[in-house]
Amino acid sequence: MRRFAALYDALDRTASTSAKRDAMATYFAEAPAKDAAWAVYVLGGGKLKRTATSTELRAALAAETGYAEWLIDESYAHVGDLAETIALMLPRHGAENADTPLHIWMEARLPSLSRLESTERRETVREWWRELPAHQVFLVNKLLTGSLRVGVSHRLVVQAIAHFTTLPTDLIAHRLSGTWKPSAEAFRKLAGPEREDEHAGERPYPFFLASPLEQAVERLGPLSDWLAEWKWDGIRAQLMRRGDDAILWSRGEERLDGRFPELEAAARALPDGCVIDGEILAWDAEKAQPMVFASLQKRIGKLKPGPRLLADAPVRLMAYDLLECEGQDLREVPLGERRALLEGLFERCRPQGWLPEDGLARSDVFMLSPAVVAASWDELTASRGESRQRHTEGLMLKRLDSPYRVGRKRGDWWKWKVDPYTIDAVLLYAQPGHGRRSGLFTDYTFGVWDGEALVPVAKAYSGLDDTEIGRLDRWIRANTIDRFGPVRSVTPTHVFELAFEAIQASGRHKAGVAVRFPRILRWRTDLAIKDADRLDDLRRLASG
Amino acid sequence: MDSDLLLPRAEGLYCPAGDFFIDPMLPVARAVVTHAHGDHARAGSALYHVASAGASLMRERLGATATIQTYDYGERFTLGDTVLSLHPSGHVLGAAQVRIEGRGKVAVVSGDYKRDPDPTCAAFEPVPCDVFVTESTFGLPIYRWPPMSDVIDDMLAWWADGAERGIPSVLFCYALGKAQRMLAELATRTERTVYLHGAMIRLVEDYREAGVRMVPTEAVSDTAKGRDFAGELILAPPSAAGAPWMKRFSKASTGFASGWMQVRGARRRRGYDRGFIVSDHADWPGLIRSVEDCGAKRIYVTHGDGEALIRYLRERGHDARALRSLGQMPDVRASEEGD
Repeated sequence: MRRFAALYDALDRTASTSAKRDAMATYFAEAPAKDAAWAVYVLGGGKLKRTATSTELRAALAAETGYAEWLIDESYAHVGDLAETIALMLPRHGAENADTPLHIWMEARLPSLSRLESTERRETVREWWRELPAHQVFLVNKLLTGSLRVGVSHRLVVQAIAHFTTLPTDLIAHRLSGTWKPSAEAFRKLAGPEREDEHAGERPYPFFLASPLEQAVERLGPLSDWLAEWKWDGIRAQLMRRGDDAILWSRGEERLDGRFPELEAAARALPDGCVIDGEILAWDAEKAQPMVFASLQKRIGKLKPGPRLLADAPVRLMAYDLLECEGQDLREVPLGERRALLEGLFERCRPQGWLPEDGLARSDVFMLSPAVVAASWDELTASRGESRQRHTEGLMLKRLDSPYRVGRKRGDWWKWKVDPYTIDAVLLYAQPGHGRRSGLFTDYTFGVWDGEALVPVAKAYSGLDDTEIGRLDRWIRANTIDRFGPVRSVTPTHVFELAFEAIQASGRHKAGVAVRFPRILRWRTDLAIKDADRLDDLRRLASG
Repeated sequence: MDSDLLLPRAEGLYCPAGDFFIDPMLPVARAVVTHAHGDHARAGSALYHVASAGASLMRERLGATATIQTYDYGERFTLGDTVLSLHPSGHVLGAAQVRIEGRGKVAVVSGDYKRDPDPTCAAFEPVPCDVFVTESTFGLPIYRWPPMSDVIDDMLAWWADGAERGIPSVLFCYALGKAQRMLAELATRTERTVYLHGAMIRLVEDYREAGVRMVPTEAVSDTAKGRDFAGELILAPPSAAGAPWMKRFSKASTGFASGWMQVRGARRRRGYDRGFIVSDHADWPGLIRSVEDCGAKRIYVTHGDGEALIRYLRERGHDARALRSLGQMPDVRASEEGD
């Protein structure tokens, strides 16, 4: 744990990705395999089941320090992170050289907590705190609550392992995808030489991710080099049909077993050894376009959807790529050919029961993502204008002669989203942020006019620069009207231009509408609050 | 508030019985100034009373024409109906707590203070009193300063790492107080020359003249054009971060020495490579200890987020209040030199 804590500190200290990669590579080279395995797991965002709640940790801290609850809360509000607050508030710490190995923490100590009664659990946590130096207290707390975020991307972890093993990154990414269970053996295999059957098994291929198009579309060269498709607003997924299994993987490389039974059932009609990349969408069979994202959202959280939900929000898979066919890895085959193979697969399978017989859906569960055909970039730009009506986010542009790459490599796949909606809204509430923004008021709630009153319609966290955040933070402190826990209401004064991707009617929100991905575009110092938008305008957008 | 002795006014904290202000924000007739930081010592008043240990720093801050009277620590002097004396606050060279005796009571205005040892100034002296005015810059129990020897270990390791990688290490710290404290602490471990930003030169000289032992220093501006600072340690005020002045230290690793560096979020937000937890203010245990040491019946808490400290003290049976709650005293202490 000491070595891992030092690695964590090194990663936390630098913003340089190459320094982070090198620090991880050094760690992997030096740490015992059973610890390194857990480091891979944790750095890659893996979490243990939470073994203590933040309420329990607060109670343990109160018992250990004698500080009142309000003082703990006040300190937490200032620090913005409970694990760190605890490490800072404990008056005494253990010796720097405390060194219970990481794998013991992950395999024995932390899991043991869940078998204890609540009082014993609290006492155990307190004993650990006394035994550990401050930065290990912080880490153990983070691991306990399942909230450790290391600030390295999965991709960077893959690069670090590739760096240390001198193996190609896509091989490492493939080996790590799916449910990778940390153990000394698993780590040795991860770092071991390439084997013949590497692509087989249940693991998905690492996803290829598109980058936002930031240049004029004409600069992509001739339109004939590109495949244009709608950018569907659903869940990216890989459907694998191998042996007797049909496995659905999310982009986060989680298995979605049981969540989308209509897809799993329909996948049985696919030939063995076939992997499709596509988008899960909620889609009413009667309609020509998908349901809004909010409908799909109801399905996302449900492990085992009931008949009612299956009827209310049936899903489909919009297929747009074929990564494996007849057991052959197609990723090096140009997109144009993969697309032809995908179309061929659809032709072959269609007559043989793509319509599931159990009556789950009355129409195709699988759809081929249609190509958006245009004679020129201008014509395509015009088509893009229909995106909203079609409930899509814009267009995808994919280079026809490109292989299926790993991760977010720029150049071959572009997402060309439609311009966002914008509104002018008034700052109503603020609360302190977390992490880098702890102690600063950075989480804002904005409202628009409903008659003579301002009603909250959106929360936004991003879009201001550090100078603006600092200015606004000081203003909020000086102009607080009221406090509700960490939330402050402020005198309505400042107007901000907000952007968002979609707006939907919502019964759960006071204003009756919910916006998707709101963020701040500009601080409109030129506008007074009377100039802000009206709720009626938003309602019109939602119904339109 | 014990209004005969202290009264907050727009100009600053006022003592009617003695007709003087402490650290006034606006020009007044008579000012008692606790220390030379810009948010406490402001030019323009007719007459200043300060501790002799900080006289030369005060002169730089208040200007060549200012009328300044100096007193040794503990020396008693009379203003109006009050008897005053200045006592070390341990904040920076010459920093003082103001003890005011009048109308049968004793009040102590601590100014900024710390309880940790500092080789550059006299140590905080607890002064028994009825009314104690305390700062609360770091008024939460998350602030506990680590031993200085650990911080210096870290700093030397960081410097050595820079040397190994062939890059300069630039340590940002406030030009008055923090910089000299770092140079003095480094002197206990090394004799290597440290390079200074121009804003620090005079102040470092003032400290040397006051007999503070520090590592050898050289002004960056005195070095030959194009001098390579690889492997060197450079001290600069935070205002130099991101300024064109930094261009000469290409690829430098940057550090910041400040109490705020205790919190990870603050460290990451400021974008320095390294944070070193060093403060010239009292940490939480230091604040509590000082309140208890002085035995005051009533505590007033000045700038900073003092609410938590006030509530905590009240729960422990002290009569603690916000100074601000008494009158129109703007709470505008800039944090420019606030830690």
